Amino acid sequence: MALPEILNGMKVVITNVFKRKETISYPEVRRQPYPRFKGRHILDRHPDGLEKCIGCELCAGACPADAIYVVGAENTPENRFSPGERYAQIYQINYLRCIFCGLCVEACPTEALLMTTEFELSGDSRDELIYTKEQLIVDAPIIRHWPAKTEYSPDRSEKVKIKDGGMVRDARYPENFLPDTRTGKGSE
Amino acid sequence: MSRSADAIAEAFEAAGHGAYVESFDRDERMIINMGPVHPATHGVLRLVLELDAETVVSCRPVIGYLHTGMEKECEDQNWRSAITIVTRMDYLAPFFNEHGYSIAVEELLGIEVPKRGQYIRVLISELNRISSHLVWFGTQGLDMGAISAMFYGFREREVILDFYEMVTGLRMNNNYVIPGGVWEDLPDGWRPVVENILGLLPGRIQEYEDLLSENPVFLERTKGIGTITADECGTLSTTGPIARAAGIDWDLRRDMPYGAYPDFEFDVPTATEGDVYARYTVRMEEMRQSVRILGQVVDGMPDGDYKNMDPKLTPPSRSELNRSMEAVIHHFKLVTQGYTVPAGEAYAAVESPRGELGVYAVSDGGTAPYRVHVRDPSFVNLQALPVMVRDGLVADLIASIASVDPVLGGVDR
Repeated sequence: MALPEILNGMKVVITNVFKRKETISYPEVRRQPYPRFKGRHILDRHPDGLEKCIGCELCAGACPADAIYVVGAENTPENRFSPGERYAQIYQINYLRCIFCGLCVEACPTEALLMTTEFELSGDSRDELIYTKEQLIVDAPIIRHWPAKTEYSPDRSEKVKIKDGGMVRDARYPENFLPDTRTGKGSE
Repeated sequence: MSRSADAIAEAFEAAGHGAYVESFDRDERMIINMGPVHPATHGVLRLVLELDAETVVSCRPVIGYLHTGMEKECEDQNWRSAITIVTRMDYLAPFFNEHGYSIAVEELLGIEVPKRGQYIRVLISELNRISSHLVWFGTQGLDMGAISAMFYGFREREVILDFYEMVTGLRMNNNYVIPGGVWEDLPDGWRPVVENILGLLPGRIQEYEDLLSENPVFLERTKGIGTITADECGTLSTTGPIARAAGIDWDLRRDMPYGAYPDFEFDVPTATEGDVYARYTVRMEEMRQSVRILGQVVDGMPDGDYKNMDPKLTPPSRSELNRSMEAVIHHFKLVTQGYTVPAGEAYAAVESPRGELGVYAVSDGGTAPYRVHVRDPSFVNLQALPVMVRDGLVADLIASIASVDPVLGGVDR
């Protein structure tokens, strides 16, 4: 009989039963992604409220999945959207095609297009997942559909209790904070 | 009314399903389709088995169910963005695909990768080897009836995947290793995370060994099962842990070193039995050796650039973009067209967790690859499966598939 070997194996199983659980019961409990996480995009604004996007279509050209559609138009003195000559009249990202590679963010010359840590992208129809400029530009709040009661830090070492469920943008950052996808550090 | 095996075989062949039956005595044999949707085939792999009672007389792998034409798709991308395609081939070892492709492109460009970039590549590759072997450990255990192996393997893999997320922003299909270096430097605070992983793993690997290595049920189902000789491995071009378990002492990291591997000290584990258990021991020891390499990487991580900063190759930094018109022009050109690669062809091979992963890249002098071919080890190693399982039992076939550790994304590309 090979009883010692079996008991040795059982010892492993039994000691593991009493270890900390690694699973998280999502969506009640969540783990925050790391700052570099490549989630859904946002279009940033200048501090004076003008859009940073200049409608150059570099992001659309860089996209390996052809997920971005941009149509630029001329700014006029009465109708000014961005500094400079042009702005994006139509800006759409199709999240059914997007592969979250981040090449568009690298391509953007004005740091208008950034990626957030928001990853809960689902919808009931195809149209819903083609995000328009109104949804992407930062004035639109990123609302979590399933408010969490507890959150873990990215490495799961700390637990944070969330008092008021629904959140706008990412709770880790102050109001005007955006994660810098290029360095992983934040900028205010 | 059941049709005879003969008629079924003919119907298969007539329908072009690729069933190929070798034996003459067909009436006694039964042809069974295992897969393409079967939990033990590890993906959409279909095996056409010819059985004599419970003995496997012949086994024909039928592949192509996951074929998405990724090699062809690379030709539509520029040299930089093709990384997003190659990383999706062997999805359990994305960094090795990127690494092999990047070395091939660097060879064509004739550029150097800074030391820090090479060290980061080794760091991320060796972590990837462990995370890939942990999936193998989980599935091998699961297929042998040890469901806890699956839990433990995936638990530790999660820690490594968290590190990928911290460094690359994604958990899979990372788009991190690029021609010339890596996409981005390691973030602040990477060192304690890696040290935590390295502190955790040796103990956990010992736990796995306690769980399975001497377990009589596991030994019964793996020792002497699915044997393949060194000669057969050579004939079938089998590489990686399968060949090393059969006695072929060949590891590209040591024998055809690339990147920073000459700087590190490690052993190449081998065995001579060539059975499922030998492959198990080889992979377990490989994980330990990876931990050993990682310790040296963490200690010796140099400072400096993480990628080749040639302005013709790398887009300028953000601060430069705001200052210099020339930088904006470079940026615009690199994003819209990409860089050109001198005409020629190059083959680069890396030691992936499954064996030799080779990338053959051809350039016609333009900004997009003319051809990218990937010699995926899963694809080549799958040829060895019929040899391993011949004249064995169906239950042993399950053990053999798990020990080949095929990734169908890589097989079909």
